[in-house]
Amino acid sequence: MSIIQVTDLVKKYNGLTAVNGISFTVNEGEFFGFLGPNGAGKTTTINILCTLLAQTSGKADVNGFDCLKQPSQVRSSIGLVFQDITLDNELTAYENLKFHCYLYNMERAKAEEGIEAILHVVGLYDRKDDLVKKFSGGMKRRLEVARGLLHHPKVLFLDEPTLGLDPQTRAHVWEFINNWRKKEGITVFLTTHYMDEAEVCDRIAIIDHGKIITCGTPEELKKMIKGDTIYLKTEDDKAAGAEIEKNFGIKTIKLHDSICFNVEAGDKFIPKIFDGLKTAIFSVNLKKPTLDDVFMHLTGREIREDNNSSRVGETLRLRRKKG
Amino acid sequence: MFSYKAIYVIVSREFKRFFRQRGRLIVTFARPILWLFVVGAGFARLVNIPSDMNYKQFLLPGIIGMTILFNSIFSSISVVWDREFGFLREMLVAPISRTTIVMGKLLSGTALSVLQGAALLIFSPLLGLKMNLLEFLAMLFFMTLLSVAITALGLFIAAFLTSLEGFNVIMNFIVLPMFFLSGALYPMNVLPPALHYFTLINPLSYGIDAFKHVLFKNNTAFGAEFPLLLDMGLLALFAVAMTILAARFFERKG
Repeated sequence: MSIIQVTDLVKKYNGLTAVNGISFTVNEGEFFGFLGPNGAGKTTTINILCTLLAQTSGKADVNGFDCLKQPSQVRSSIGLVFQDITLDNELTAYENLKFHCYLYNMERAKAEEGIEAILHVVGLYDRKDDLVKKFSGGMKRRLEVARGLLHHPKVLFLDEPTLGLDPQTRAHVWEFINNWRKKEGITVFLTTHYMDEAEVCDRIAIIDHGKIITCGTPEELKKMIKGDTIYLKTEDDKAAGAEIEKNFGIKTIKLHDSICFNVEAGDKFIPKIFDGLKTAIFSVNLKKPTLDDVFMHLTGREIREDNNSSRVGETLRLRRKKG
Repeated sequence: MFSYKAIYVIVSREFKRFFRQRGRLIVTFARPILWLFVVGAGFARLVNIPSDMNYKQFLLPGIIGMTILFNSIFSSISVVWDREFGFLREMLVAPISRTTIVMGKLLSGTALSVLQGAALLIFSPLLGLKMNLLEFLAMLFFMTLLSVAITALGLFIAAFLTSLEGFNVIMNFIVLPMFFLSGALYPMNVLPPALHYFTLINPLSYGIDAFKHVLFKNNTAFGAEFPLLLDMGLLALFAVAMTILAARFFERKG
């Protein structure tokens, strides 16, 4: 069953087309990734889906409700974690969550119970009465994800949720989101330009210049790139190369202390190497094509071409741009 | 249409923020005292005031009006802060109407203004302006009317401000002229005609005029200048009109 349905969605801002006729569906319980470079139209799409923005034309439904005509029902069905922090720094963690519960018209007892439980889950229970302004970036993020889930939404929107976080904190945030997803079975809609984050999605749509250029499972997308690369270190590279060419009909490339070759379904090919080679093998290394390669294959550009600065710098820039 | 829980929590947030921001709290209470006893002391020597009152007494209703003006504007402009720091989005994506947000802000701005105005009434007996209970309640009533009017005006302005840079412009071109052209520091009828017209379209004039009715019992040459009913009617009208406008424009601009 589809929970998000988007048909021919267009959004124009004074002559500029941010979203140019996109269509896609997201199924209930799915982890859907929306991948593309900055300015591709990801945030515009999310803003339309969460009723913050009216589309120029086309239709968007979330949980069976029309985003334009039934904004209130849509808003009750969704949880959001925005690109930039939207907590009140002058309130405590607990007060921020309580504010949220009351906005979503939760009963007091239920709200208090939910807040306590989720603070334990994100590991912020000990800090619940501290002002949010004393929190680190990672703690704020965890608190925001917790807040987005408090009212048990059907769909959780994550707009670049780990922007500006260090790798360890990113992993921590993801661990929590994944656990929650397994437990509650909610749908997650993620926008990101980090390829490694998109890898774990059930399905991915790649968006560029306001258009979806491809959509499918990460496996399907990566199949567009022919084959994997296998690196071998052996006792005698020359002999090993000859053997591979003879037994499998694959040409190898000699590197300075190893050999490599391209083959489809490389993981399944590795066992065959051991059967087919008499030369002793020291190590086998497999490089799968990444989504970066897919994006490059489809657009001829790297996804993070214009993002050479550090992630922290990036967040700061975004903050300033907002003003 | 309204979510009362949401209004409650928006108001409670504003109160928490108000009492936690120590700088704002100190300014709030220091500013009226500065005007009454420092500026007032200087002006008292210059102004030729009727013998049945002194200048500090004359200044009290104006300073109450000023306190309400500043707080109401500051409270409603907090929408722009919320927008700047992203918190507004948290409210905008919640399943509540924009009008609920406006009502929450209106109620909290009004309550905080009345609270501060009421606190200043302590000076009333100290300055020799005696009040009975009925007059005290009348003051609360007019302070509420004025607070709603100005807070709604602020919210209306805030709907158009997309960044805090506009705040200085508002302060210098709307708030300060409103204060100077309201009868707070001098009777309106001493102003040249061109400026006098401005006082007539300034809601603060009618608020302060109503305070003068109550505090001076209107038996002095420096007292109220309009009939009390006119003050009340225009304030109420302005409050309702501004509330509707603020809600309408907030709905559109978000």
